[in-house]
Amino acid sequence: MNPEKLLEVKRLRTHFKTETGRVTAVDDVSFHVNKGEILGIVGESGCGKSVTSQSILRLFDEKYLVKYEGEIIFKNEIDLLKLSKAQMRQARGNEISMIFQDPLSSLNPVLTIGFQIAEAIMLHENTSKEEAMAQAVEMLRLTGIPSPEKRVHDYPHQLSGGMRQRVMIAMSLACKPRLLIADEPTTALDVTIQSQILDLIEDINKRFDMGVIFITHDLGVVAELCDRVVVMYLGQIVEEADIYNLFENPKHPYTKGLIQSIPHMDGDREEELHVIAGTVPSLENVPVGCRFAPRCQFADEQCNSQAPELRGIGDGQKVRCWHAEQIAERKEEVYATS
Amino acid sequence: MQVIQEDNSTFQDDFKQAKKRLKKQQKQLLFRRIMRNRGIVIGGSTMIFLSLFALFGPLIVSYDPYEMIVTDRLKAPGGDYLLGTDNFGRDLLTRMAYGARVSLSVGLSVALLSCLLGMIIGLLASYFRSLDNILMRICDGLMAIPGVLLAIALVAALGPKKENVIIALTIVFIPNVARVVRSAAIVVREETYIEAIRAQGAKTWRIIVLHIAPNTVAPLVVQASFIFADAIITEAALSFLGAGIPAPDPSWGNILHDGKVVIFTAWWMTVFPGILIVLSVLGLNLLGDGIRDYIDPHTTK
Repeated sequence: MNPEKLLEVKRLRTHFKTETGRVTAVDDVSFHVNKGEILGIVGESGCGKSVTSQSILRLFDEKYLVKYEGEIIFKNEIDLLKLSKAQMRQARGNEISMIFQDPLSSLNPVLTIGFQIAEAIMLHENTSKEEAMAQAVEMLRLTGIPSPEKRVHDYPHQLSGGMRQRVMIAMSLACKPRLLIADEPTTALDVTIQSQILDLIEDINKRFDMGVIFITHDLGVVAELCDRVVVMYLGQIVEEADIYNLFENPKHPYTKGLIQSIPHMDGDREEELHVIAGTVPSLENVPVGCRFAPRCQFADEQCNSQAPELRGIGDGQKVRCWHAEQIAERKEEVYATS
Repeated sequence: MQVIQEDNSTFQDDFKQAKKRLKKQQKQLLFRRIMRNRGIVIGGSTMIFLSLFALFGPLIVSYDPYEMIVTDRLKAPGGDYLLGTDNFGRDLLTRMAYGARVSLSVGLSVALLSCLLGMIIGLLASYFRSLDNILMRICDGLMAIPGVLLAIALVAALGPKKENVIIALTIVFIPNVARVVRSAAIVVREETYIEAIRAQGAKTWRIIVLHIAPNTVAPLVVQASFIFADAIITEAALSFLGAGIPAPDPSWGNILHDGKVVIFTAWWMTVFPGILIVLSVLGLNLLGDGIRDYIDPHTTK
C-alpha cells in the first residue's frame, strides 16, 4: 500500500519583515499529508504551527509582510507558492480550506450564518442564491445543527460557541475541499463540545476521504484523532512519527518532555506536574546549534555548536537530534529528576 | 396514535405562540431600551418636530416668503404676523419655515454625501496600505484649514448657489468621516472572520464591500448625526457672512444676516431663527450621543 500524497510541503521557509529585521517564523519545514489522512501538528505557542498552516493558504500579505521560500506541492502537480493571486483564490475554499481557533470571532457578526455559508458556495460554484441557501441548509444538517432550516436565518450571536464552530466547519466544507486545515479548532470550546467537534471532524474525514491537517497543542486530542504527527519547536520540525511511535517510542527529547508533561489521571495528586525547564527563545535570537539545546539536559558541545538535520531513523520516523538513538535507550530516567 | 398526534399539534401551537410572545417581548424590550435613552428621546423628538416644521410649515403659513409688504416693515410679533416681519416686510414665520427646508436639506445632503464619499475613502485607506498614506495626508491637509474658512473659499470659487454650498461643505466634512471609517475598518480588517472569508477564496472587493463596510456603519451613523449638526451651523455661518445661500432665498443664516443691522430694533429677527439653529444642533448632538450610547455595549447601565 502506497498512499497517495495530497499535499507535500518541501523546505518551506516563511520570513516576516519586521522593524528590527527579518524573522524566520517557519524554517525549513517539510512534511506531507496523504489522502484521507489526519496529520497532527503539535507544538507550544509561537512554534510556527499556525504560520505554517496559513502559509499553505498564503494568507499573509506578501507585499509588505512576508516572504515564502520552498515548495508546497498540492496533488502532486501544483506548486501553491507559484500560483498567481487569482489562481490561489480559486484554490482557497474550493481545494483547501481552513477552520480557525476562535469560533466566536470567525463569523461576521452582521451577516446571517446562512448567508455566510451560501457565500462560500457561490464564490466557487455558479449557483443561484436560492440553491446556495439550500446547500447551506444541507451543510448545517451535515454538521449536526438541529433544525437547520430555521438556524440559517440566525446571526452568529444567537448561537453558542460549539454551534458556531459547527457553522465554521459547514462553511469550510461547503465546496467539498480535498484538504481541511484545522487550526486549534477546539481550544476555545469546553470539553464536551470539544469531543463532539473532534467526532465531527473524524466523521467528515472518513466520509469524504478528505485530508486533514490538525493543529493543536493538546497531545490528548492528537492521540484520539491523528494518524501521523509532526512536532514543531521554534519554527522547525523536531520529530515526525506515526501516532503509535510518537507515544510509545518518542525519539526527540522535546517530544519526550511534552509527553511527560501530560498529567496522568491515576497519578499521585501530591506530585508536581512535569515541566520542560526554561522558556522558548525569541525568534530574533535563535540558538546557533540545536534550537532545543539550551533547554535540553542531554545537550553537549556538538549540540551547542552544530545544528542537526531532520533525519529518518526507520519506520517513517524522523528526528532532528544528534543523539536520538542514545537518548531513546534511556527511556525511564529522562527528566525523572527535574 | 391519535392522542399523540393531537399532543404534537398542540405542542406545535404552543411553540409558535411562545415564539410570537418572545418576539413581542423582544420588541418591547428594544422599545423600552430606546425610551430609557434620554439622548435619543429628546434629540429624536426635537428632530421630528423640526422635520415636520420643514415639511408642512410652508403649506400651513399664509404668506409668500418673497412678498414684500413695505408698509408692514419690522412689525413686532403678535397681531397679523405671529413672529413679526423683517426689514422688507416679509413674514418671519413663513421665511423661517421655508428656511427650515433649505437649512435641513443642506445639512442632510451634506451628511449623506460626505458619509458616502468618506466611507469609500476610509475603506480604501484602511485596506490598501499604499493608498493609506496618500489619502490620509490629503485628509490631514484639509483638516488643517478651519472648516468655515475652507467652505468660504470653495463657495467663492464655485459661486454662491445651494448646490455649491452642499459641495463645499461635503468636501469640508469628508476627512472626518474618512478617519472614523478608516479607524473602524482597520480593527475589522484584522478580525478572524475576515481572514476566514479570505481563506474561503473571496476577492478583495467583496471582502471590503460585503464584510468590512457593514461593520463600520455603527460609528458612521453617530458621525453622520454630528456632521448633520455641523453642516447646519456652518451653512448658517456661510449665509450669515453672505457666502452661502444667495440673498432672496430664505435660510436661517440669511434671516440672521438680514437681522444683524436691525438687531436693536427688531430682536425677533435674530432670536427666532437663532432658536431654531440651536434646537436643531442640540437635537442632533443629543441624538448622536444617544445612538452612540445605545450602540456601545460598554455604556450599558
